[in-house]
Amino acid sequence: MINPNSIPILKLKEFLIVSIQTDLHDRMAEQLQHDILRRVSETSAKGVLIDISALEMVDSFIGRTLADTARMASILDAEIVIVGMKPAVAITLVELGLSLGEVRTALNLDEGYEMLQKSLALTDMEGEETSEEALAEEASDDDSRD
Amino acid sequence: MSKVQIKEESDIVKARSVAKEMARDLGFGLVDQTRISTAVSELARNIFAYAGEGEVYIETDWDHRKGIRITFTDQGPGIEDIDLALQDGFSTAGSMGKGLPGAKRLMDRLNIQTKPGEGTRIIIEKWLDK
Repeated sequence: MINPNSIPILKLKEFLIVSIQTDLHDRMAEQLQHDILRRVSETSAKGVLIDISALEMVDSFIGRTLADTARMASILDAEIVIVGMKPAVAITLVELGLSLGEVRTALNLDEGYEMLQKSLALTDMEGEETSEEALAEEASDDDSRD
Repeated sequence: MSKVQIKEESDIVKARSVAKEMARDLGFGLVDQTRISTAVSELARNIFAYAGEGEVYIETDWDHRKGIRITFTDQGPGIEDIDLALQDGFSTAGSMGKGLPGAKRLMDRLNIQTKPGEGTRIIIEKWLDK
């Protein structure tokens, strides 16, 4: 049976894509948080794009749920990027006194996708550098690295 | 004018969409419509969270003023300390404490009448003729 509260989560390569196309009520926002974390854990996704371009408002509850989800996902080693926030929503969020914390945002899906790919590439590179350094240290017996 | 009973969570969504529609029909711009629907969402949620149920009353004409005026009434526990409740980050419901102070910032006027143990009435207004 299809849960009327559930929002589809699509997997594209190492990322998940969520597009919120409905006015979110509180239980739906909580369900979405739960579903995203479950899918991140099942798929080992490295990033999640959440498109909120259809959301006409983000109040403190939705804002907090999104920020919490991003923090939780980051513990599961996945980065969340919120894309497509309407300018009026951004203005209202700031006036409301809400910061989305460390949540990354992008203007649209394209930019959010690039953002995730860049940070994924960066992580890979860091990983390689570390292992190369480790190898180099193991290989050399002298302290000539200056 | 329009009335929305707050009894379950989905009524919060209903209240904010009705308020937004009325604000749009009255001639408020998109940013103000968003401010109004966000403030309504915060205060309708407070009714649901603190009192369980209550009522949201939306009107667009009063005292020869052009704008929107929304009244939130409940028979809940009331607010002990209004000044404290209007401070950012203060909450007795485990939320972020942005609702009341945030709604005040988003609107042109916010008025609270409350009696501990008897209930709360909050009136918010946004004016077109500032």
